[in-house]
Amino acid sequence: MAGGVSSSGGHSVSSAYAAVRNWLLAPSWITIAIFMLGPVLLMAVYSFLTKEFRGGVLWEFSLASYDQFFFDRGLFGDEPPKLHWTYLAIYLRSFIQASVATLLCLAIGFPTAYFIATRPASTRMVWLFLITIPYWVNLLIRTVSMKFLIRDTGPINEWLISFGLLEAPIKMVNTDFAVQLGLFYSYLPFMVLPIYAAVERYDFALSEAAADLYADRWTTLWLVLLPAVRPGIIAGCILVFVPSLGAFLAPDLLGGAKNFMIGSLIEEQFKGAAGNWPFGAACAMVLLTMVLVAVFLYARQQAANARGGG
Amino acid sequence: MSTGIRKPARKIDLRRYPGFVHLAVFCMIILYAPLLIVAVYSFNASTSITLWGGFSLQWYEEVFFGLESAKFKDAAWNSFTIAISAAVVSTCFATSAALGMLRAGEFRGRPVSFALINLPLMVPEIVTAVATLIFFNWINFERGIGTILVAHIVFCIPFAYLPIAARLEGISGIYEQAALDLYATRWEAFRLVLLPLMAPGVLSGFLLAFIISLDDFIITNFVKGAGVETLPTAIFGAVKQGIKPNIMAISTLLLVLSFIFVTLSWLIGRMGTDSGRAAD
Amino acid sequence: MNAETGNPSAAAAVEVREVEKVFGPPTTGARALAGVSLNILDNEFFTLLGPSGCGKTTLLRIIAGFETVTSGRVFLFGDEIEDLPPNKRPVNTVFQQYALFPHMSVAENVAFGLHRLRHPKAEVAKRVDEALDLVQLGEFAARRPSQLSGGQQQRVALARALAPRPKVLLLDEPLSALDLKLRQAMRVELKSLQEETGITFIFVTHDQEEALTMSDRIAVMSRGEVQQIGTAHDIYDRPRNRFVADFIGETNLLDVTVENVDDGSVACRLQDGGLLQATPSGEAAAGTAGHVSIRPEQLVLVPPQEPALMQGVVDRLIYLGTDNQHLVQLADGSEIRVRTQAAQQAEKDFAPGDKVGIRVNPGTARLLVD
Repeated sequence: MAGGVSSSGGHSVSSAYAAVRNWLLAPSWITIAIFMLGPVLLMAVYSFLTKEFRGGVLWEFSLASYDQFFFDRGLFGDEPPKLHWTYLAIYLRSFIQASVATLLCLAIGFPTAYFIATRPASTRMVWLFLITIPYWVNLLIRTVSMKFLIRDTGPINEWLISFGLLEAPIKMVNTDFAVQLGLFYSYLPFMVLPIYAAVERYDFALSEAAADLYADRWTTLWLVLLPAVRPGIIAGCILVFVPSLGAFLAPDLLGGAKNFMIGSLIEEQFKGAAGNWPFGAACAMVLLTMVLVAVFLYARQQAANARGGG
Repeated sequence: MSTGIRKPARKIDLRRYPGFVHLAVFCMIILYAPLLIVAVYSFNASTSITLWGGFSLQWYEEVFFGLESAKFKDAAWNSFTIAISAAVVSTCFATSAALGMLRAGEFRGRPVSFALINLPLMVPEIVTAVATLIFFNWINFERGIGTILVAHIVFCIPFAYLPIAARLEGISGIYEQAALDLYATRWEAFRLVLLPLMAPGVLSGFLLAFIISLDDFIITNFVKGAGVETLPTAIFGAVKQGIKPNIMAISTLLLVLSFIFVTLSWLIGRMGTDSGRAAD
Repeated sequence: MNAETGNPSAAAAVEVREVEKVFGPPTTGARALAGVSLNILDNEFFTLLGPSGCGKTTLLRIIAGFETVTSGRVFLFGDEIEDLPPNKRPVNTVFQQYALFPHMSVAENVAFGLHRLRHPKAEVAKRVDEALDLVQLGEFAARRPSQLSGGQQQRVALARALAPRPKVLLLDEPLSALDLKLRQAMRVELKSLQEETGITFIFVTHDQEEALTMSDRIAVMSRGEVQQIGTAHDIYDRPRNRFVADFIGETNLLDVTVENVDDGSVACRLQDGGLLQATPSGEAAAGTAGHVSIRPEQLVLVPPQEPALMQGVVDRLIYLGTDNQHLVQLADGSEIRVRTQAAQQAEKDFAPGDKVGIRVNPGTARLLVD
């Protein structure tokens, strides 16, 4: 080459920011690394430590927490280990509850999102506005409101009795149904918003093309629309499933002691002298692993989509 | 007759699926019924919670002047100072991070950086709560307002980041180029052109961070010290004793506050798309 | 100073010398400019014309300062500028999508550059008024860009770029977003604006009609290289190579063999035996193969019995409003386009299937030696 090779970047606008990129990113990086990533790693370490009786830990390596989680060695710890169902059952129940909540949210959320996305621009904004409000309302307050509504002496039961439709109140609070309802109600907007965004970008000429090629409306939905908006559906499912799995408020307030879920189990371990920090840390690690697997599968799916889309 | 012509036209509307409208309405009822019923009952004159005894503001009076008013006022004060501080700090961090991620060209660490910034969204709240508690305990940091604030800043960063980054992505680099072409320094191009253009995103980010901080219960519950309460922890504590009417009054007040915030953020978003449209 | 080290030419407003631009890694990256040199004179309306991806916009952005050169030098009125950031260059740009600041009024947009140059307030106000008057938008000063039509936004962009009185104005396909009528009106306006202000305009376009109507000189670019620089007449009537002949306007390219070279005129043997006199675009040697370019409007159709250079059959007649275009198939299967003015020659039109002879207006054939 004839002249001197000039440095790359040069005067382009991006180079001004590129020069200070690390300074721009540093505050967020450092904050999250120290107060989020660090603590999570520390928690992982804690799960391998020994319990101290006053609620703290002894810095001695131990697998006791995981052993306690997975295996039952009898009252005195001298029987041959067999699978310990107490905790696994809690996780399994949480997993099922979260899955059912996700499916319910999808069943109601998809038609709702689709319906909103196909409104004319003016009314669409009103619907979207209405869906957004609950997302901004304090989750605790929403859960308490639900509890108020469905409890034995709550408006639903009182009304049904006063209309003579019931003799005695239906028991809804402290049932699996209540927890399910609570999860569904808590995270429904998380399902609607990403699906709405996907349907809004959907090109309805594709539906017309399908109809032109003799597909009826449900075939079109199944073969053309759903595959096209699948990324939105998957995003919605992740956004509902992950918080449902570790939910604390809905199971605690609506489920009561019998319908223990992961969140309550973990919380128990950090309360007062009865707590067991290493065990709580181990429980949290198991939950985190489940969630990260879900997020990882999602990310891989997204990457595959991106590749497929060119 | 116009209706005679219209009906068949609706049948061939390919976008319409029968039943979807009912599910959408059902969705709205599920979302709003509990909130609206609580709001209505917060004006109940009867001491029995469920039976309607006429309109009254007595529970609001109790919230502000009753036996527990001091507790709730303290909690509200804590909540708002924490939410404002956390929102301010996290919005500044997130704005800066968005510039570094989106305006500084390609760089190798981008996926890792993106994952780090969004880490608080991926980790379940209860896990974050546990990890943060262990961390503060390990470094022997006394728990209180300070620990709550730090924890809130951390999880508010990604919430503030999302709308800011979305806005920034939509702003073509050509405006800054035009500014440089018209003799602006880089700082002037940022201050006079890019910052005003991204302002709606920054404001939405701030509002979202504020409301998320104000809402948080789980993490706060773990990292707050003894005797320090925010509104959610105070309400949770009170609800454990049973749902009293004053809780419904507080809930309604917070509901109204949330409504005001969504409306604000909505209007700001609108403002954003207007200038965004011109930006295309 | 001596010529060997390459003093910038004093007459040039912009001199681009041996500029190379590679995006990405120097060896494997995409080469946008492959050694471009050109001089743009003061007070000239200069156009960079070429298809998309030819490097014209990259060259403009290098002059503006938005891209750095990989190698080579750029001078502005004799000063080397390739290391200056855009805000230090007395050059302004009219962007393709205008890039008007949406959060500022029209007046604030126009004042932006003047404020940055620290002109006193009164001076800024005066110059903003002048600039807006120049583009006849004085009454819109308080409006937002989004409240203006596309054509008005275009004028604001012009006013904003002209207000600081740059030494050179760069225009990056500024008319491409306008509809046809407005585009045609703006061509005239741009040219008169350039004459009025006496500022050097460098105009980038892919639209040859735009280039031909406005420019003092045109640089035709392709694949990162300048193919030809010249006036509109130069590049239309005397294209230097096949690319230019083909890209500018419509042309017929015929394979020929050079028969005989004679001072400024070359006798060329056509495939089917006819002999044609053409002016060569460069050194032509007898016996070599080449192409002859003949514009469709320089061909005449005659009845088959009359003497003609070539014989063919009319394949199709296309009515183009002002013109008729005949597609004539030659014996070897190739097709020739012949254009006749619709108004004058209606009676001479031939119908598809007619045998015709084709004549060439003398002096209009050009031999391209590349």
